[in-house]
Amino acid sequence: MTDRALVVVRAGALTTVQDRGRPGHAHLGVPRSGALDAPAAALMNRLVGNPPDAALLETTLNGCDLRPRSAVTVAVGGAPCPVSVNGRPAPWGAPVHLPAGALLSVGTAVSGVRAYVAVSGGVTVEPVLGSRSTDLLSGLGPPPLTAGTVLPLGKPYSLPARVDVVPQPSPPAELVLRVTPGPRDDWFTAAAWHTFTTHTYRVSSASNRIGLRTEGPALERAIGGELPSEGMVLGAVQVPPDGSPVVFLADHPTTGGYPVIAVIHPKDLPPTAQATPGTPLRFVLGGPAL
Amino acid sequence: MRALPVGDRALLVEVSTDEEAQALHADLLRRRAEGSLSVREIVPAARTVLLDGLDDPSPSRLAAQLSTARLPPVPPPAKDVVEIRVRYDGPDLAAVAELWGVSPDEVARIHAAAEFRVAFCGFAPGFGYLTGLPARYGVPRRATPRTTVPAGSVGLAGPYTGVYPRSSPGGWQLIGTTDAVLWDHARVPAALLSPGTPVRFVPVDS
Repeated sequence: MTDRALVVVRAGALTTVQDRGRPGHAHLGVPRSGALDAPAAALMNRLVGNPPDAALLETTLNGCDLRPRSAVTVAVGGAPCPVSVNGRPAPWGAPVHLPAGALLSVGTAVSGVRAYVAVSGGVTVEPVLGSRSTDLLSGLGPPPLTAGTVLPLGKPYSLPARVDVVPQPSPPAELVLRVTPGPRDDWFTAAAWHTFTTHTYRVSSASNRIGLRTEGPALERAIGGELPSEGMVLGAVQVPPDGSPVVFLADHPTTGGYPVIAVIHPKDLPPTAQATPGTPLRFVLGGPAL
Repeated sequence: MRALPVGDRALLVEVSTDEEAQALHADLLRRRAEGSLSVREIVPAARTVLLDGLDDPSPSRLAAQLSTARLPPVPPPAKDVVEIRVRYDGPDLAAVAELWGVSPDEVARIHAAAEFRVAFCGFAPGFGYLTGLPARYGVPRRATPRTTVPAGSVGLAGPYTGVYPRSSPGGWQLIGTTDAVLWDHARVPAALLSPGTPVRFVPVDS
């Protein structure tokens, strides 16, 4: 009997198991979690014949090295990066067949931040509240991978997609995030709103799966004091006391006490997963697709 | 009551008091159960209830409807009272006694006599913000948060009582400890406390 498992040889800076997360439990204080670049994750799953909710690996900046104990098909996408099998170059963004015991190396991203590694059959660690995602805020799900971690794999679902390479969006040179004002835009001065929607911010290196932090002019409050804790949504732009906007990503807290000046259009969220520190970022008022 | 848009698929419904928020939460749960409200998440908080993941692509009609709706009173709890056994031995018990102007023993007696209800959850899975203490017993958070608060610590902050489900940093004034397991994802339900749960603290000897 084949041992369907994946051995982590090099974990990289931060590699986690992700699927589509565990929405529906926010009232218990459970973040949604899930792959930050959801379209890239879904595409990699499709390339190896997995359903879109199969669990895969999300790497951060410098990839990871993996060794399957049985023959598998893998696909690496999201952030463009070199891929090799036993030291030989292999395609990125396409299904790659790995014999049992081969070494898959996912290298440092040449642009973007997060690469997705889908494996035929999916990663089948024990789900928590219906999801296998690692949640870095609450600690639910499997811990971030370390060298030597052995991940169980499921049975392959179907034949991998018969494609050579599929188009994927390039990581953004500039983030342009469409916003809807509120719910707490009235907590800020008119000058702050003008600054927010006209100034070019930069993505901060303190960004993580919880939030995309920004550097730029502080947004001045019109109302002082504390806001009683209230529910938070994915894509909320919260403004902490230092005045720098933070865009809430998948592992965001379910409630928060800092005012949310605006909410990002959901279609503009996946590129935030691939924005490297220093990337220029603008918030623009709503409107149709850019 | 007013309903504020939160992006295109969510509404934040705002009321004036904790009690109204609990009544609104119960009413929204009832609407979802009877099928007149289709939404993924109903997230109560201190003065608001967030409706996230609305099926309706233009929530403005729902917003208008909610803004004029009259709130029914808080229904009696639909769940059994959860009893949490507490040793009133927390490191801030003396400080709380001083703030309340009573003895440490009296803090335990007052706290254990109150009927609590989980107003909302947040901060960590299974962490409930419990209301029920009379307003005069509100306390500030500690000026300097602790870097580690052990799991099972029972604390006070503002009008709330909370129990730490796991070890974490925290600024609540700790008055006791419990062996109750607040969160266990292998258990169904995982959370001992969810919004609306009635709670009593039962003193046990240290």
